[in-house]
Amino acid sequence: MCLAVPGQVESIRDEAGIRMGRVSFGGVVKDVCLAYLPEITVGDYAIVHVGFAISKIDEHSAQETLRTFAELGILEESLAELRESDPATEPGP
Amino acid sequence: MKHLVEYRDADTARRLAAEISRIATRPWAIMEVCGGQTHSIIRHGIDQLLPAEVELIHGPGCPVCVTPLEMIDKALAIARRPEAILCSFGDMLRVPGSREDLLAVKAAGGDVRIVYSPLDAVKLARATPGREVVFLAIGFETTAPANAMAVQIAARERLANFSLLVSHVLVPPAIRAIMSSPGNRVNAFLAAGHVSSVMGTWQYPPLAEEFRVPIVVTGFEPLDLLEGIRRTVIQLEAGRHELENAYPRVVTERGNEAAQAVIAEVFTATDRAWRGIGVIPESGWRLADAYAAFDAEQRFDLGSVTAEESPLCKSGEVLKGVIKPNQCPAFGRECTPRMPLGATMVSSEGACAAYYHAGRTAHGTRLA
Repeated sequence: MCLAVPGQVESIRDEAGIRMGRVSFGGVVKDVCLAYLPEITVGDYAIVHVGFAISKIDEHSAQETLRTFAELGILEESLAELRESDPATEPGP
Repeated sequence: MKHLVEYRDADTARRLAAEISRIATRPWAIMEVCGGQTHSIIRHGIDQLLPAEVELIHGPGCPVCVTPLEMIDKALAIARRPEAILCSFGDMLRVPGSREDLLAVKAAGGDVRIVYSPLDAVKLARATPGREVVFLAIGFETTAPANAMAVQIAARERLANFSLLVSHVLVPPAIRAIMSSPGNRVNAFLAAGHVSSVMGTWQYPPLAEEFRVPIVVTGFEPLDLLEGIRRTVIQLEAGRHELENAYPRVVTERGNEAAQAVIAEVFTATDRAWRGIGVIPESGWRLADAYAAFDAEQRFDLGSVTAEESPLCKSGEVLKGVIKPNQCPAFGRECTPRMPLGATMVSSEGACAAYYHAGRTAHGTRLA
């Protein structure tokens, strides 16, 4: 029920006093109510639930999260390299 | 699709799981509150990537599952009325009432329609002034902004033939009820990301403090879930109990204040009965008195509705995390998605349906 998917705002219009927009979900375009995101503009991504955009996706935070994942991977790899280069730190069987 | 595929990388998932294995030294039980997360966990096999120390307990965050039988029976009673058009999200159609489901009422001639958005129901009310259009408004905080705006629009347009059968429920009182229940084994919570996108994270620190329980706001993709679990285990191992936000691209501390304002205008807090759990004080929303004219329970005389649960169904214990779905004797036998005994086997977010579709016949095993 709380299923909500990210989509990109393609256009914004006023419909009887309500802020509405066309939002693309990987090419599938739907009418979405944008009334709860007064600051959103064309090109932005939003999380959409039952025809309502409820949250603008923050690109900066998205990049930060992906960087955390990348660093975890790098850390893991560098530890493995360290173990390979120094047999003394090799864990026992 | 952008903002989805980046969070599904199998290699990174394995690294996150390895990191969780590295830091977990003691057994921990973590509850994911939201049914959407339960489905993602089972579908992607996240629980099977985790070390034996970390157990995921599936929480009650499936609105279809916790909607009380009395409410389903009321929806059925409305759907049988010739003047009524009952509009609902698709999930509700096969939820068994005491004797039948909405699909059976539809087959018998009742006008039951699936809508994508509550605004579709408003549109239908506009187009069919001679009929009573009733929207079955169930859901958690995520769905409330949509339902609240539907009511506001109907009020502005004076749509006299539109009403809502409201059964809204809330996450924080459910966390409180779980932590206060005798025999509780939950050590930490993954808080529901989309509920938090509407409500913000400010309501969680007092709960984390009161129950000394880590609460980590978490998203729905595999990497989001693993990151939420990783942060939770770090807190547990360190003996900390704080609110953390592991879904910052979508969730802010304050949440969506425009949506909160409309919710506060249209809805007011009320005690709610949760199917399989019982009454939780102040755990839901009903229409505020100013919008009582749009309340289907007041508009229609529904008589006295007495509900009877299937004696075989153990969905209450599943919803509280006491048993896993495949520990119920009826699972996959008397109860299947085609012939469900309880709502947890129906909904796309129900834990029983998630286990059934993933072929999990016994705990920890998987059918080929």
